[in-house]
Amino acid sequence: MPDTVGHPAIATLGLSKRFGDFLALDQLTLTVARGRIFGLLGPNGAGKSTAIKILTTLLDASSGTAAVAGFDVATHPVEVRRRIGYVPQLLSADGGLTAVENLNLSARLHGLHGAKRTQRVDEAVAFAGIETVAHKLVRTYSGGMVRRLEIAQATLHYPEVLFLDEPTIGLDPVARRTVWDRLLQLQQDKGITILLTTHDMEEADVLCNVLAVLHQGRLAVTGKPSDLKAQLGPDATLGDVFAHFSGAVIDHGGHYRDVRESRAAAQGRG
Amino acid sequence: MFDFLLETAAVAEAEVRKLMRDPSDLLSRAVQPVLWLAVFGQVFSQIRGMPTGNLRYLDYMAPGILAQSILFSAIFYGIAIIWERDLGIVHKLLVTPAHRSALVMGKAVAAGLRGLVQAVVVYLVAVALDVDIRWEFFSMLTVASGVVLGSCIFATFSLVIACIVKTRERFMGIGQVLTMPLFFASNALYPLELMPGWLRTIAGFNPLTYLVDVLRGAMIVGGHSNFATSTSFGVMLLVFAALLALASRLYPGLAR
Repeated sequence: MPDTVGHPAIATLGLSKRFGDFLALDQLTLTVARGRIFGLLGPNGAGKSTAIKILTTLLDASSGTAAVAGFDVATHPVEVRRRIGYVPQLLSADGGLTAVENLNLSARLHGLHGAKRTQRVDEAVAFAGIETVAHKLVRTYSGGMVRRLEIAQATLHYPEVLFLDEPTIGLDPVARRTVWDRLLQLQQDKGITILLTTHDMEEADVLCNVLAVLHQGRLAVTGKPSDLKAQLGPDATLGDVFAHFSGAVIDHGGHYRDVRESRAAAQGRG
Repeated sequence: MFDFLLETAAVAEAEVRKLMRDPSDLLSRAVQPVLWLAVFGQVFSQIRGMPTGNLRYLDYMAPGILAQSILFSAIFYGIAIIWERDLGIVHKLLVTPAHRSALVMGKAVAAGLRGLVQAVVVYLVAVALDVDIRWEFFSMLTVASGVVLGSCIFATFSLVIACIVKTRERFMGIGQVLTMPLFFASNALYPLELMPGWLRTIAGFNPLTYLVDVLRGAMIVGGHSNFATSTSFGVMLLVFAALLALASRLYPGLAR
């Protein structure tokens, strides 16, 4: 078992992923310090979701290394899974179950049983702010309630690192704000490191301590939001940063599969 | 091992809860065995063209229809898996530290419990049609075990196909193509002895044949099994173990 004390929350070195002829991720090297909210920006098809899938052990890298919570994702995937939470872009709470049943399932699969499980599930229900509907089927919830439940579900085992893929896609401004509040609460109260992908520049500005812009699978730039804006001038916005470093290809819309998944996720959240 | 059992139970319980909340699928799948027994079985019983010994043809085919009901119900389990993949539920399950084999086994166990409900429906229809059922405890236990194991086999087979094809459209096509050959290349409707040699060889590799054989010996009075019960269960367990290993290996690929 590797010594994980003092290691960064996430560290990748020359991480690449190839799908046939398509290079989805190209030599990604980055470090995320513990307790930070790290934002991955980039147009559709830039490699954000691929990076998250590798870091959450859902996908094997073609080359390079990645460590999460001090464990190599390729050689110690189960140790990594014990220490992470993941909220996919798609609607991952099971609509055919109640919130409490969804939470119980996650808790049991994380090895939480008995009184400890009951306590964590109660905590998660309170965190998501769904006390009055916790025993109703999730398919009757609004998009914001589902997202809060999914975040609660992904954190009830107290992970060290939380991954979120486009956490507020398809949500109205009020629901989006409540999700931001929950994420900031997790960072402040529990010291959880958060890595999220987003297209929303306001979200990146409000939430993220550090940003990285990916362009065609490569790391275009990384730094604090204020530093990145300062590089472009006194009146520069994050939108300007995004356009500058990603080559402004966001208008091209990315790959069919990315667009389909984004739209499905948005549709699923009403 | 204990963790594996707890994880399996967690997945199976969630599946059963969903099934109990929406029994419409169970009811719709009960229609087919009713038609086979009440229409096909009764008509063919009149013809007496099938050499089934002292058994009425309706009695002879009742275990076959139970097996068919299980096959047809379990073989479309993969659709639900593809649906869960499209929703992101599979991704969420796969980032937990749970054993991959437990995630698959939980689905299989749920299919087994669902198979027991199918069995109750077929038994009710069979009783209504005056099929001579064996009610001894050991016979019922043998039938229940066969039903659960058979459901596990076909549900896991379905999951393997789902992991390979990954889309509902492709799965529906392949599911239709697989079920009828599995059904007809078995002893569900006619004895193995009536089959031409090539078909009997195929039937020997078909797990449905062994399920029907177990059910025919245990479900009806005067029913006869061609193979020893231990042989049939041994073959089915081996098939299930192989499918479970394969499905556990392929299942993570659904999230890629």
